[in-house]
Amino acid sequence: MRLEARGAVSPAMAVVAPLAAVAFTLVVAALFVAWAGAPVGRTYALIFEGGFGSRFAWSETLTRATPLVLTGLAAAIAFRARLYNIGAEGQLYAGALAAVAVGGLHGGTGFELPPAVLFPAMLAAAALAGAVLMALPAIAKTRFGVDEVVTTLLLNFIVLLVVSMMLDGPMKDPTAMGWPQSVALQDELQLSKLVERTRVHTGLLIALALAGLAWGVLRLTTFGFEVRAVGANARAARFAGVPVTRTILAVALASGAVAGLAGAIEVAGRTGYVTLDMSPGYGYTGIVIAMLAGLNPLGVVAAAVFVAGVLVGADSMSRAVAVPTYVADLIVAVALLSMLVATVAARYRLRLR
Amino acid sequence: MVDALAAMLANADFWSAVLRVATPLVLGTLGVLLCERAGVLNLGIEGIMVAGAFTGWLAVHAGASLWTGVLVAAATGAAFGLLHGVLTVSLALSQHVAGLGITMFASSVAYYAYRVSFPNVSTPPTIQPFVEMRWLELPVLSAQTPLTLLALALVPVVAWVLNRTPLGLAVRMVGENPAAAEGQGLSVSAVRMGAIVAGSALMGVAGAFLTLSAFNAFFFNMVNGRGWICVALVVFASWRPGKALAGALLFAFFDAMQLRLQQADVGGLPYQAWLMLPYVLSIVALIAVARRASYPQALMKPYRKGER
Amino acid sequence: MTDTVLRLAGITKRFGSLVANDAISLELSRGEILALLGENGAGKSTLVSILFGHYVADEGSIEAFGRPLPSGDPAAALAAGVGMVHQHSTLADNLSVLDNVMLGTEPLWRPVSRRREGRARLLDTARRFGLAVDPDARVARLSVGERQRVEILKALYRDARVLILDEPTAVLTPQESEALFATLRGMVAEGLSVIFISHKLDEVLRVSDRIAVLRAGRLVATMAARDTTKSALAEVMVGRAIPPPVTKPHSRGDAVCVIDRVTMHGERASARLEGASLSLHAGEIAAIAGVSGNGQAALVELLCGLRAADEGRVTLGGRAMPADPAAWIAAGTARIPEDRRDVGTIGDLPVWENAIAEHYRKPFASAGIVRRGAARSFARRLVDRYDVRGGGIDTPARALSGGNMQKLILGRALSGGAARAADFLPTLIVASQPTWGLDAGAVAWVHQQLLDACARGAALLLISEDLDEILALADRIAVIHAGRLTPARPARSWTLAELGLAMAGEGARDAA
Repeated sequence: MRLEARGAVSPAMAVVAPLAAVAFTLVVAALFVAWAGAPVGRTYALIFEGGFGSRFAWSETLTRATPLVLTGLAAAIAFRARLYNIGAEGQLYAGALAAVAVGGLHGGTGFELPPAVLFPAMLAAAALAGAVLMALPAIAKTRFGVDEVVTTLLLNFIVLLVVSMMLDGPMKDPTAMGWPQSVALQDELQLSKLVERTRVHTGLLIALALAGLAWGVLRLTTFGFEVRAVGANARAARFAGVPVTRTILAVALASGAVAGLAGAIEVAGRTGYVTLDMSPGYGYTGIVIAMLAGLNPLGVVAAAVFVAGVLVGADSMSRAVAVPTYVADLIVAVALLSMLVATVAARYRLRLR
Repeated sequence: MVDALAAMLANADFWSAVLRVATPLVLGTLGVLLCERAGVLNLGIEGIMVAGAFTGWLAVHAGASLWTGVLVAAATGAAFGLLHGVLTVSLALSQHVAGLGITMFASSVAYYAYRVSFPNVSTPPTIQPFVEMRWLELPVLSAQTPLTLLALALVPVVAWVLNRTPLGLAVRMVGENPAAAEGQGLSVSAVRMGAIVAGSALMGVAGAFLTLSAFNAFFFNMVNGRGWICVALVVFASWRPGKALAGALLFAFFDAMQLRLQQADVGGLPYQAWLMLPYVLSIVALIAVARRASYPQALMKPYRKGER
Repeated sequence: MTDTVLRLAGITKRFGSLVANDAISLELSRGEILALLGENGAGKSTLVSILFGHYVADEGSIEAFGRPLPSGDPAAALAAGVGMVHQHSTLADNLSVLDNVMLGTEPLWRPVSRRREGRARLLDTARRFGLAVDPDARVARLSVGERQRVEILKALYRDARVLILDEPTAVLTPQESEALFATLRGMVAEGLSVIFISHKLDEVLRVSDRIAVLRAGRLVATMAARDTTKSALAEVMVGRAIPPPVTKPHSRGDAVCVIDRVTMHGERASARLEGASLSLHAGEIAAIAGVSGNGQAALVELLCGLRAADEGRVTLGGRAMPADPAAWIAAGTARIPEDRRDVGTIGDLPVWENAIAEHYRKPFASAGIVRRGAARSFARRLVDRYDVRGGGIDTPARALSGGNMQKLILGRALSGGAARAADFLPTLIVASQPTWGLDAGAVAWVHQQLLDACARGAALLLISEDLDEILALADRIAVIHAGRLTPARPARSWTLAELGLAMAGEGARDAA
């Protein structure tokens, strides 16, 4: 068995391959559903209904998609420069902590600042926290050649412990009756609802705006060129005069900042305070979303809505039939792997000999 | 503080704990090392350990013997390794992304299967795990289970295979210069595939140690980053089995120490600070050795036969 | 002595629309040296790669010693007694010579490698063919010549009866080449057969018994070496008249770039310079001759702004230059790197972005936004003027052939981002192996571009491992060996023997 490069990406395969990947994912997941003894068709219908079948379903899906768009962007931006930031999970928590530190501490007095000042300060603090957290592995990579995958992964565990420490200590909510949760954000800092009587909040607009911005920057600016050049071939980029180290550091800061913002927006839009389980792995899911989107920022939006729909739909489905909610993670993981294979199918031809 | 430390170091129980904590790390690190010496990064380890922990335990829970459970875990690891091999060797996909995908896939399959098999349990069902080898009557070792002995024995075995056998030479060569290996008549993909499958089987056993020896049940998040630590330890060990053992022991030493110090409430630090210590040390170690690390030359470089 | 050891019948191989080998049939006899002659890109390497099993032929069959050779299986080729010495070293740097030789010669599942027997056998083979090596040396420490000896020993250790050498002399000094030829003659005297690939007419005529000429994938002639002449061969090989480059009389101008006692440290010999001095003058072609891996890479990196000197300094137009490619580009340096695919172009980006890659900030952007229209029309003109074929400006650069890639790189470097050719003249051109792997037409074209720029007043530094190229173009020649540069002397004052000795590191001391 061997692969032969096609002269150019075959246009037919570019369409057929991703569809085949989706079909394959559905088949594999169907096998697992059948194994659980549930009716496959009904299960899929329930997932779809729960994720996209009603106004309420859509509102829940979009609420879930908001942080996923941001973590997906964080991964997509970094991966474009071939900087494997696997630390969005930790950066999200760091951002959430920073948001509460600015907007919730001091007895909720907010440093006596008006919300118009405090709100941007809160977002800035969250972005900064995420950026600083990502700067560390980026510097270790560019200065010492330490693979960033392992360092960003390990930092996730460290950050979670820091969060736990804070929730036990200086940021503990004294009124939470022993529950590990932080003090709440001031009411004036909470994001307003986008649609009445749902949980969709204006954070979604911020996420969409950032996706548009990222797309524009990557496509139209010199910085975007630098990022793409470094990601495609760092040696050649350096030869052509692209400041490679600076680009990687800038990408790291941007990626970390976006993941940090995800934390602040979750706190300000949904939870109101930090808990240790506020993210069910948004940072890791963001990586899958970025890959599904082919690292395209606009594609990230679509992929995030898809994945959020599957997650929300699986939650509601599992209340009706005996299929564990983990089927959602399974679908997402298989979708990632089969989409990867699909990209190969579009560029290479398989020869059996 | 000094007294507390001295007492801890003089205590055989402490050293038993070190060895116990080190066991899955030794197995996992050897697994990663085998893959990487053949030129393939395997970030699937975290998920493969989860899957191995689950299937090994499930087999024993279903009535199989403990050693059968270990074999089942190894076979599970090998199966996911095969998948990783197809993705990264046959299809030459990005090893980073494929590995992360394997981790997500393997752990979601394990968690899903656990929930399907045990839909309505509030406390995890238990099994009778490996017992300590009291008959050995040696200070620290007799407090261990046979799996620890297996892990320790595998270190020289892997070192021997890599450095002294034609097979090991083949593995090193495909990790250093795959084109040369092919020019000498070896099948690069077969050797790489074999190394990934064998390494992943070890990762599966590393997971099984958690459910069959360290604990007696399967919990969510029980692997908790141990796989990633193994990936870091391989760099720290400069891709040598002996040093990998040393690295795993060093890590386990700090991990066990943090547990004791946390209980002793030394220094008034919150317990999370002690829990953090092993992770922080891993990062520090990575940075410290990075300058003199000599990577296998073809690590993370896919090889396509006949490419031009 | 006419028994046939190897028979190729109707071998055809296509890469996409390119027919690399077109129905080639060829036989090799026992005790014979067959030269496979042809330009770069004629299909020689493809043919032997099929023979050895690296590629699978689309059509045709191969017989070795009367038995069919399965396709696509180097192990089968080795077992049939066919050995190959590749153009690029296929040794693992971090392993020992013995490891490299023994790999794949033992059953994989044997519990212990029989290294003592292996060592004895290696030393014995080495003695028999006069190829001295140290079995325990780490390959990274070996010189290029020593590496080639190990490559040959790898084949002989396995009792190869047919040895294929792909451009073996490309990396050797003239003296080392002579030693290699002696070894080859010794081998055929013992009854081995050799296929020897080259595009150098002289050595083909001297070494081989029979010559097979490939052109554009076809076997156009086979002839006995004693029945032909250099000019007849050249005509058959090229198949068309190549206009000789028009050399204009240059006038040597002021020193543009001065390298003053530069030392660069590095782990590998290729990355080191030791007290190198050289000055490059406007309108003059200076060339660096040398065996690859002797510090050329360090010199190129220095002049492309990729690395700083550890000691000494380098000035361009009187200014000390930092290790920053952008600064060198801004100062008017045109840089042509050796590795087109991995350094010269960014394969996944389209041609137009590659065309402006050295000038993406100025003049093709304002306020951080790329001026797409201007950039694309510049790229279109560049593709036109430098005749870059193989797709439009939106094709990914990786899809271009080597020759077209080189045209794109050359065009980008020589036009300096300026809209019209007359608007820009590079101060300094650094060309590293500019014609490596190109066919004769493209070689002539590249030479002409370089000569023209030089005639207009650019200083040119040519770094090449091809002595013929250097002798054809250079005004002054310096030789590099082990990071040391000889003083640059007028090209005419060097004899071939002198050059060879200097490349081997002899006589450099006298000159210094």
